[in-house]
Amino acid sequence: MTRFLRLIYVLIGLTLLSTSAIAETPFPTIHEPSDESKKCIHPEDEMRRNHMNYILHERDETMREGIRNEPASLANCINCHVEPNAQGEIAGIDSDEHFCNACHQYASVQIDCFQCHADRPQKYINRSKHSSSIQQQLQQTLAADTSNKGVNQ
Amino acid sequence: MANSHDTSTNTSRRDFLSKAVVAGTITIAPGVLLHTTAQAATGDVSTKAGDESVSSKNRWGMLIDTAKCATGCTDCVDACNKENGLVSHGRPKSDTQYIRKVTLKDKSTGHESSLPLMCQHCETAPCVDVCPTGASFVREDGIALVDKHICIGCRYCMMACPYKARSFVHEEVENQTLTAPRGKGTVESCTMCVTRVDNGGIPACVEACTAENHNAMIFGDLNNPNSTISVALKEQGGKQLRPDLKLNTGVRYQGL
Repeated sequence: MTRFLRLIYVLIGLTLLSTSAIAETPFPTIHEPSDESKKCIHPEDEMRRNHMNYILHERDETMREGIRNEPASLANCINCHVEPNAQGEIAGIDSDEHFCNACHQYASVQIDCFQCHADRPQKYINRSKHSSSIQQQLQQTLAADTSNKGVNQ
Repeated sequence: MANSHDTSTNTSRRDFLSKAVVAGTITIAPGVLLHTTAQAATGDVSTKAGDESVSSKNRWGMLIDTAKCATGCTDCVDACNKENGLVSHGRPKSDTQYIRKVTLKDKSTGHESSLPLMCQHCETAPCVDVCPTGASFVREDGIALVDKHICIGCRYCMMACPYKARSFVHEEVENQTLTAPRGKGTVESCTMCVTRVDNGGIPACVEACTAENHNAMIFGDLNNPNSTISVALKEQGGKQLRPDLKLNTGVRYQGL
């Protein structure tokens, strides 16, 4: 009986802990695209529940069969929903303000899409700082290459 | 009255149909016309519809004329790096290279040629043979790719590739381009700019080489006898690198 009571206490404790944790995390706000003419492919409730299935299914069709006009695509989500804030700053995937991360942090679901995929629209990706360094590296490699007169490893 | 009513119905239906056909032609025209008039007849770019699967009707390939490829020129490499968001970490030996410039020397004659070396897009690709997860695959239209969703980064394919065409991503990646997802722990190589190809374009390297007026690279459909690449191969010939391996590569070279 005491063992049973102890179990009950533990359960109550866990419930209290989890509710307090939820209470601390603010409910995320979904960023609506500033361009009101843009409509999502499905209603919000449907997307919230099933977006992962749409993306997963069409990822394989795109990858293997080259079908690239599917309405559901990660790039399309990002292009509409990820925009700079009032200060002109754009949130990366690590930020609480990022469209995907805001909900996923709230739901405590870890996603790894953005280990590979771009987390913001193309026009906000700045890689000019890298281009000079890689060019330099390549020139060095080429110089070494021509002096060896062999295949560059 | 009944008759005239019937006639008018038929006429209007006919009208509707003819208008519908016209409307259909107009809406399709911008996408299709572009290809049919300029390129499709020659098979130089893909004309597939956006929702159509790639098929073995096409086999995309490249022809590189080493006589026109200058030693020290890296226009194709730069274009590739920009297109795919490749960055250097200051370690040239392990930095990702989709294309690299290679100098070949014929020891007997001393003849040297400079050429860009990338994934050769083999028909029977060794990387696909050894891949334990099915991540390495050759699409129906001959483009060899890595499905990074299921690549476990074991690097067997890198060892199997006789052209050393593949690279491993050692570092966490950020600022990827939208069309070239890439991340730490996976293997990658030239994709023949697959997104461009599917959208009826040509690879970035070929585009840059042509734009800079070197004209050393031709992209096109090897299965279409009328494509620029097939005509050039028929008239002038083109070699595979390591033809003894019988891989039937999609990239061919002239002037070696």
